[in-house]
Amino acid sequence: MRVNFVLSEVATGLRRNLTMTVAMILTTAISLGLMGTGILIAGMISDMKEIYYDKVQVSIFLTDDVTDEQRSAIEQKLKASDEVKNFVYESKDEAYKRFKEQFAQQPDLVNNVGPDALPESFRVELVNPERYSVIAAEFPNGQNGVDQVRDEGDFLDRLFSLLNGARNATIAVAVVQALAAVLLISNTIQLAAFNRRNETNIMRLVGASRWYTQLPFILEAALAGLVGGLLAVGGLVLTKVLFVDKTLAGPIKAGIITEIDWSAVAQTGAFITLGGVVAAGVAAYITLRLYVRL
Amino acid sequence: MIELQHVTKLYPASSRPALDDVSTEIDKGEFVFLIGSSGSGKSTFLRLLLKEDDPTKGTIRINGQTLNTLSKWKVPKLRRTMGCVFQDFRLLRNRTVAENVAFALEVINKPQRTIKRVVPEVLEMVGLEGKASRLPHELSGGEQQRVAIARAFVNRPLVLLADEPTGNLDPETSEGIMLLLERINRTGTTVIMATHDYHIVDSMRRRVIELNGGQITRDQSRGVYGVGR
Repeated sequence: MRVNFVLSEVATGLRRNLTMTVAMILTTAISLGLMGTGILIAGMISDMKEIYYDKVQVSIFLTDDVTDEQRSAIEQKLKASDEVKNFVYESKDEAYKRFKEQFAQQPDLVNNVGPDALPESFRVELVNPERYSVIAAEFPNGQNGVDQVRDEGDFLDRLFSLLNGARNATIAVAVVQALAAVLLISNTIQLAAFNRRNETNIMRLVGASRWYTQLPFILEAALAGLVGGLLAVGGLVLTKVLFVDKTLAGPIKAGIITEIDWSAVAQTGAFITLGGVVAAGVAAYITLRLYVRL
Repeated sequence: MIELQHVTKLYPASSRPALDDVSTEIDKGEFVFLIGSSGSGKSTFLRLLLKEDDPTKGTIRINGQTLNTLSKWKVPKLRRTMGCVFQDFRLLRNRTVAENVAFALEVINKPQRTIKRVVPEVLEMVGLEGKASRLPHELSGGEQQRVAIARAFVNRPLVLLADEPTGNLDPETSEGIMLLLERINRTGTTVIMATHDYHIVDSMRRRVIELNGGQITRDQSRGVYGVGR
């Protein structure tokens, strides 16, 4: 295969159709960028689920006037319970410390809350997280020093359904964009084939192989896919540096949101770039098979 | 060499066949005129030989290969044994004469060395040795057709198909083109030429196959354009 020949055909093709090429690259980039964002959110969700669901499932908050007897009675009951896998006690001081760490970025909030404001609690991990109601029934609110039993899972479910929604919406938009990108690629390739019909007609008549005739078009689309993919990766990197690492620095440091690390960005970037190249090439190939006589 | 057996071609849009039960044989090294009015099936005849289309019925054999059963990926190989020339030259406007000819070799992966050697040779043969770096629009019609012939012949095909190659040219220029085609024919290449030009047919006195409504109505060695003219 004459590499120079094929490459110069590709370059000519892209140049002749500059506006279409730019449109093709941009749509591909947006689609791949959103796809990458969706994948990263999905990864973040599963990381967070691991951390959260493992940590705490039920919190038993104690009243301010709880007595030592009441406290140890609760402790005994938790120890004896078959439903409880593990539990830790968190004193007022510890709760305050954790609160300060979590909201280190918001000093106003921290300054407004005194060390006494936060209740002490038992953080309970259940054998089966779904059995929250059993624990709640054992420790009725407002009795024996128990102020409130809270199902953290319920809160987490709501949090995660929000994140899942964000992920799904991102991917849905990405899919619609991908459809637009594929149609644009198909259109551009048809145009390119029309522009070069003299060349391809002659190639066909002198017996150039199908591959030789089609390859420039497929490479043209694949190249656009590659550039689109690289732009999308650039977008992901900028989003991480400018938004995730800056704006979300507080919650990440406090362990509320998991960090998006560079290896995840690199992996996702490689995936979407490769995906862009392959999808564009395949779209071009199918277009040539269906609509263009070569 | 080329053999058609009961070949019928029906195009989907038309109720009348473009070729209707055509059988003929053309030997290696023959020079054949394909004549007949527009729509008589000349172009279809040539298209079927190139396997640009498949016959509806009948078989076509070229060099022992049956085109009907030839798989798609072998078609390029078949076409490398054939050269094509058209009325409208079909040159690439943005390439020079030499590049136009070289293009036919480049796209079938001939080594650059070979291309550098044979392109000047064939340009000399068609009488364009001094015009290798001209662009097509800087040439006369006859010269452009010579470039097209050089491109068709540069890979030394067994068969040269010419679809009204003189249709756009004046009589003197046409004569030059015919001399060239004759010369190519003398190298052993079979030439099949569809034409309306009775001057040429009458003066050359070669085999004439006349098509009428898709059927062969005359097949005459050393024939003329119209009987009794």
